[in-house]
Amino acid sequence: MNVSLTVNGEPVSADVEPRRLLVHFLRDDLGLTGTHWGCDTSNCGACVVLMDGRPVKSCTILTAMCEGHEIRTVESLEVEGRLDPVQQGFYERHALQCGFCTPGMLMTARALLDENPDPTEHEIRTAISGAICRCTGYKNIVSAVRWAAEHEAAVEQEA
Amino acid sequence: MQTPAPFEYERATSVEEAIAALRRVGPEARIIAGGHSLLPMMKLRLATPEHLIDINDLTELAYIREDDGEIRIGALTRHVDLERSELLARRFPLFADAEAVIADPVVRNRGTIGGSLCQADAAEDLSAVCSAVKAQVVIRGAEGERVVAMEDFHVGPYTTAVGAGEMLTEVRVPVRPGAGSAHEKVERRAGDWAIAAASAALWMDDGAIADAGVALGAVGMTTIHLARAEELLRGRAPSEELFAQAAAIASEDCSPRADGRGPVDYKRHLAGVLTHRALRRAAARTKGSG
Repeated sequence: MNVSLTVNGEPVSADVEPRRLLVHFLRDDLGLTGTHWGCDTSNCGACVVLMDGRPVKSCTILTAMCEGHEIRTVESLEVEGRLDPVQQGFYERHALQCGFCTPGMLMTARALLDENPDPTEHEIRTAISGAICRCTGYKNIVSAVRWAAEHEAAVEQEA
Repeated sequence: MQTPAPFEYERATSVEEAIAALRRVGPEARIIAGGHSLLPMMKLRLATPEHLIDINDLTELAYIREDDGEIRIGALTRHVDLERSELLARRFPLFADAEAVIADPVVRNRGTIGGSLCQADAAEDLSAVCSAVKAQVVIRGAEGERVVAMEDFHVGPYTTAVGAGEMLTEVRVPVRPGAGSAHEKVERRAGDWAIAAASAALWMDDGAIADAGVALGAVGMTTIHLARAEELLRGRAPSEELFAQAAAIASEDCSPRADGRGPVDYKRHLAGVLTHRALRRAAARTKGSG
């Protein structure tokens, strides 16, 4: 079947099997391997992408269900060599070790800050509760998201 | 890699079209909304429908409103919208209690109330919530609508009153004065299924409990409607002693199974403790309620 959707701002039209999961469509058909394919059971959050601005688990969404919708993946965060503040925050606060959970964490964090630019530690922990990191113990991830929030607020004030 | 077995896919543009497709295709057709129960089952090949009818475009089924003395919730209303609804927070705050602990926020962006109720998993929170608040569900078929009480909705594990060629379209909760409600759950970690969960609703009149609703999740083959506890509570003044008696009934009337989440004795004890806590909080919330 034919599916037309928007991926990272670009219109995409493709012939897919109805059972094609979004995570495999992004990785294997579009070559966007930044989105990681983890537990395959909607528990780990490595495959989180944004669908119309809201974080969703792409291992539990059919590509066919994305017809007419906007998907945003981790590849869209960096623009012309400039890291998104959440990426910079992960760098500054050493919020990754193996990096497997990072794409999902980044997209979950991006969606949180888009909705709530000044989240508390509790709100950050709640937002990322659907994403599992086996390296960091989450402390540095929470710190990185706070770094991004403060950095974005500062940039906004300057502007 | 987990991949569902092949199936045909179509997107419904109206409820009538979805019902017509269910009738046309027959028992191999399934409705898909959020997909967060159905797709995992299809990936494990526990479910192998040959035809999916996607109802995500039916935004006319996504609403929470008060009409004719009832809260009406469309079947396609997502968990995140139930969690954030000011109307529900004011009328039936147990919805927000439950939603805060259903799966995780990312899953709650997709999953729907209709899907949760129709999945009819005994450990699913909204079934206990809807049972406690004496909800009714609207089931639509080619011949029109029928309204089924929550206690008649779950026929067995993973089985509901929704028949062939029918779909659930709405949940209705009657608004009555003096209401207070709460949902309590203990889980091993964020996003896990409940070890046990309890929903309670009380309707007060002149210092006495005019009506009560109590239901348990995850401690039986289906959601457990605690009719005996409700009977005990009706007509009595709320007190710690009364709630302790209702909690004892909860421990007796549940039928948990031992598994990785705990042994039977522990789950019975927990069902009682959570029932007591839910009743206590529901009672506190009746104060100031119209």
